[in-house]
Amino acid sequence: MKLENEKILNMYENMLTIRRFEEKAQELFAAGDIPGFVHLYIGEEAVATGACANLNEDDYITSTHRGHGHIVSKGGDLKLMMAELYGKKTGYCKGKGGSMHIADATKGILGANGIVGAGHNIAAGAGLSIKYRKTDQVCVCFFGDGSTNQSTFHEALNLASIWKLPVVFVCENNGYGISLSQKFHQAIKDISDRAVSYNIPGVTVDGNDVFAVYEAVGEAVNRARKQQGPTLVECKTYRHRGHFEGDPVNYRSKEELQEWMEKDPIQRMEKYLLENDVASEDKLKEISDNINSEIEEAVKFAKESPFPDVEASVEDVYSDIVEEVK
Amino acid sequence: MRKMTYAEGIREGMRIRMQEDDSVIIFGEDVGQFGGCFGVTAGMFEEFSGERVKDTPISEGVIIGSAVGAAATGLKPIAELMFVDFATVGMDQLVNQAAKMRYMFGGKIGLPMVVRLPGGAGTRAAAQHSQSLESWLTHVPGLKLVYPSNAEDAAGLMLSAIDDDNPVIYFEHKVLYAMEGEVPDKIEPIPFGKAKVKREGSDVTILTYAKQVYDSLEAAKQLEAEGIDVEVIDLRSLYPLDKEAIEKSIKKTNKVVLVSEEVKRGGYIGEIAAMISEDFFYELDAPIVRVGTLNVPIPFSPVLEDYVVPRVEDIVNAVKKLV
Repeated sequence: MKLENEKILNMYENMLTIRRFEEKAQELFAAGDIPGFVHLYIGEEAVATGACANLNEDDYITSTHRGHGHIVSKGGDLKLMMAELYGKKTGYCKGKGGSMHIADATKGILGANGIVGAGHNIAAGAGLSIKYRKTDQVCVCFFGDGSTNQSTFHEALNLASIWKLPVVFVCENNGYGISLSQKFHQAIKDISDRAVSYNIPGVTVDGNDVFAVYEAVGEAVNRARKQQGPTLVECKTYRHRGHFEGDPVNYRSKEELQEWMEKDPIQRMEKYLLENDVASEDKLKEISDNINSEIEEAVKFAKESPFPDVEASVEDVYSDIVEEVK
Repeated sequence: MRKMTYAEGIREGMRIRMQEDDSVIIFGEDVGQFGGCFGVTAGMFEEFSGERVKDTPISEGVIIGSAVGAAATGLKPIAELMFVDFATVGMDQLVNQAAKMRYMFGGKIGLPMVVRLPGGAGTRAAAQHSQSLESWLTHVPGLKLVYPSNAEDAAGLMLSAIDDDNPVIYFEHKVLYAMEGEVPDKIEPIPFGKAKVKREGSDVTILTYAKQVYDSLEAAKQLEAEGIDVEVIDLRSLYPLDKEAIEKSIKKTNKVVLVSEEVKRGGYIGEIAAMISEDFFYELDAPIVRVGTLNVPIPFSPVLEDYVVPRVEDIVNAVKKLV
């Protein structure tokens, strides 16, 4: 596949933005600045990046508890994301959602989700809506290997296949459902095998190779736009961090982590860019510096933003009812 | 005015909005050519096409979950489950997704969706097809809940349910489907949160809804013969709840009986009783009395089923405790 250098660099920039955002979140969480749970996407950046590089602004995505990478890739605003992680009034959800519930309907982001597997059904619904409205939009549904054992996986893929819904199911197989290795949570190696039972195409790609993801999801997106129905794309990848920050990660070996660190998607991309003269060392440094300052600005915005007024807690439950305050 | 059954009232509400608004669609199990498990959508497949009245696989999770996704992306879906009992299978989609999305996303998303949930005992369908589970969902902030008792309310509340930008749980009582009632020639939306006084009285207030409206009216009739004047209020809307109507009646009668077909333990009428005792305790001349189903699964045998649910005589006895 021949891609324009600009497109390649945009993908690189997106991956690095996710990485830096997550590293910063990791640091701020450890420092006690960010409350709650944080699930980091470090190591999986090529999946969201390659998939979303095929999408238009009016296409939809559904995300997961590990959602920051998807939100960034679909055009999410770093300042609003960071402010939400801080629980600030200026955050995406006015501080009511936090890391696991960031959404931006104006960009087709139908929400990160704290329930494993909940996005499948919502994506099917978005697909139904697209098909009914007869637009050429698509919905990309991101989910992990763990969620493919939930009933929602089966229900949504079945519905999408019988109704030929424009949904691309992108499985981020990072090898673990929380602490449980894939070999203990399902009897198959390739999750794409499950496509057979829905009579839809299923492919497995190297999820740490952004070009492979881009191409496979691109093909699936084209099928969806041409009303040829859903596709299951499995991207094999790995999370460098635990399931959540604070996870003791006592369920996998150092050797295994080391092996995957060597397949780090960002280092791989940098090597590609330099070896193929897509960018110089200077250019990479420039990109990196720009991202760093963008992240710093986002953190500054978040830190300086006010917390919500406590009375705001009773708003937004309904469009037209404000509940009683204390 | 014209005559219509309760089922026809529900259907008429849906038809009116579907004729006016292309974004309204229906889906659920056997809602298409079959016409719905209880015939509520009969004829709609022919009138609106299979594109707008869609049969789904037997997958309650994705019926509700895809309604969430469709509502978030420009449609106004009406999802039908055959029985409220099956809501258990789609509970995540109702409780964690539909009810919470607007709030979690800071109010920045609308979810104009209706979930139709037929409930209630009396059809000899035993424990998994006869429950009343209102309290499971009234407990969840983010949902609005209505439970009509007659054809006119069924139609009017359906219009309001479809027009609402929030997820609306629309309960239906299976025993009422064939019951006829008067419906105005021009059906208007009935606003949520408005109870209806079905019978005025001065001695005791009965707060109830759905099928128990009729049992309560029958009880009131019997009590009238004994010189006891009962006021019967049909709540119609469980949330928002018409607190004003409740207050007004209690201030008049100073005595309250709550009647519901939910099992008594943990039922929604317990919440209403608590609200009354917190806010109107000094208006009361007697303890609040609840009449609910016995704390058992609904049994199959007709003699058992008819015994465990609230009967007219149970309501009569409850009122008599207070006067």
